Amino acid sequence: MDGRQWNELRPIRIESGVLPNADGSAYVEMGKNKIIVGVFGPREMHPKHLAKPHTGVLKCRYHMAPFSTDPRRSPAPSRRDNEITMVMRYALEPAIFLERYPRSSVDVYAEVLEADGGTRCASITAATVALVDAGIPMKDLVVACSAGKYNGRVVLDLGDYEDKNGEADMPFAYMPQLNKVTLLQMDGILSAEELDQCMNLALEGCKKIYEAQREALKKKYGLEKVEKPQEKTAAEPQEIDEEEDDA
Amino acid sequence: MMVGSMLSTSTPFESRDLVIPGDVLFEGSIRTGDNTYRSQGKVYATRIGLVEYGRGIVSVIALEAGYNPLVGDLVVGNVVDIELGTWVVDIDAPTEAVLNVPEAIDAPFRPDIVMPEILDVGDTIVAKVVDLDRKRTPILSILGKGLGKLEQGFIFRITPSKIPRLIGKKGSMVNMILKETGCNIIIGQNGRILIHGRTREQEEMVVKVIERIENEAHTTGLTNRIQEYLKQLKG
Repeated sequence: MDGRQWNELRPIRIESGVLPNADGSAYVEMGKNKIIVGVFGPREMHPKHLAKPHTGVLKCRYHMAPFSTDPRRSPAPSRRDNEITMVMRYALEPAIFLERYPRSSVDVYAEVLEADGGTRCASITAATVALVDAGIPMKDLVVACSAGKYNGRVVLDLGDYEDKNGEADMPFAYMPQLNKVTLLQMDGILSAEELDQCMNLALEGCKKIYEAQREALKKKYGLEKVEKPQEKTAAEPQEIDEEEDDA
Repeated sequence: MMVGSMLSTSTPFESRDLVIPGDVLFEGSIRTGDNTYRSQGKVYATRIGLVEYGRGIVSVIALEAGYNPLVGDLVVGNVVDIELGTWVVDIDAPTEAVLNVPEAIDAPFRPDIVMPEILDVGDTIVAKVVDLDRKRTPILSILGKGLGKLEQGFIFRITPSKIPRLIGKKGSMVNMILKETGCNIIIGQNGRILIHGRTREQEEMVVKVIERIENEAHTTGLTNRIQEYLKQLKG
């Protein structure tokens, strides 16, 4: 619909470590989606009566800013916000070593600044990067992407228009190295065969997004694929190099 | 069979490569070191960091990690609550720490002690972790030289995994900074650093240096570069 191929992802950009006050953070742009995620923890769980004695708790919050959609939406968490909050937690929990932090919580806050379909997948993708940035021990990354059906065709990465006007939308999240699915939802009507096609498509999309996650995490240390990793690094895009030159 | 002598041929990475959680570090039998876990015959990384292949062991030097309190650590914390005979202190650990009255005034608790007069909510303290209780809550003490309430200076935070780099071998890095800037610096293992200088410029110099060390902690030759940087800043 926006000129993409049926199996083409929207342009994606991920950056890690963008919020100095958070323990970990990430920012993702996927097509017109703009989402920022902050992670805190592990830290003392509040309220204490919800703390678990033998394992940590993952607390998520997904929220869409009032200016993220057109027309403006109310700032109060909607039913959809609450559902996605729960879904994010289900998608991320299997990847985190929560049992190492009894009585504590890991708090993930995802704020959607601009929305254009597939925000829950982009939020999960960004939340994973933020969790790694926070130094939370994880079994694997979680990467998410949606596939679905629009105009009779199985397509990858639905935008808002395609989601609202299409026949089906299937958010999908999985852990790439362990090869395990952590989220599968479906909204609409798909035949069993179409569901298989969607899953394979989403899997391919996820693999590409996984590369973007890795690059984002490595970029913080000046070690993107562009140059060979070395310490006196030409790849480091920070003021340090400039100062050395000025000397 | 011994990993140490066959690095690039039998391991997916080389020592000091950057790895990400989920990366397979080794397949087969090897001891699992820091920040790794084993599942179904493979060893994976649990944190982002630099992989190290040692003799018969693989580990990851984490670039980002939360603070894990150990007995003997010096920490900088702030009081968040007062309970009967105990101050609750936030030290950026997975759980809050406790400071009991006998560990603050070297005398048993008496009901007539007015606790806020000794330490109030919001106060910053430098303390030692003296124990971890059954539930792994850190127990603190401020009895001892250099410990207690902090009245001057400000707190700067860096990720706890980089504190050892800031201290340097036998304090080489921090001593150099102390000498060159004349500031008073207290480094908490929990990533909080107290900086107090006589002038604002001195304090800003220390902050710039610490930020740079945090960004380049994973590189070599850092101590010399920081020394050069300090000379530059002093002008």
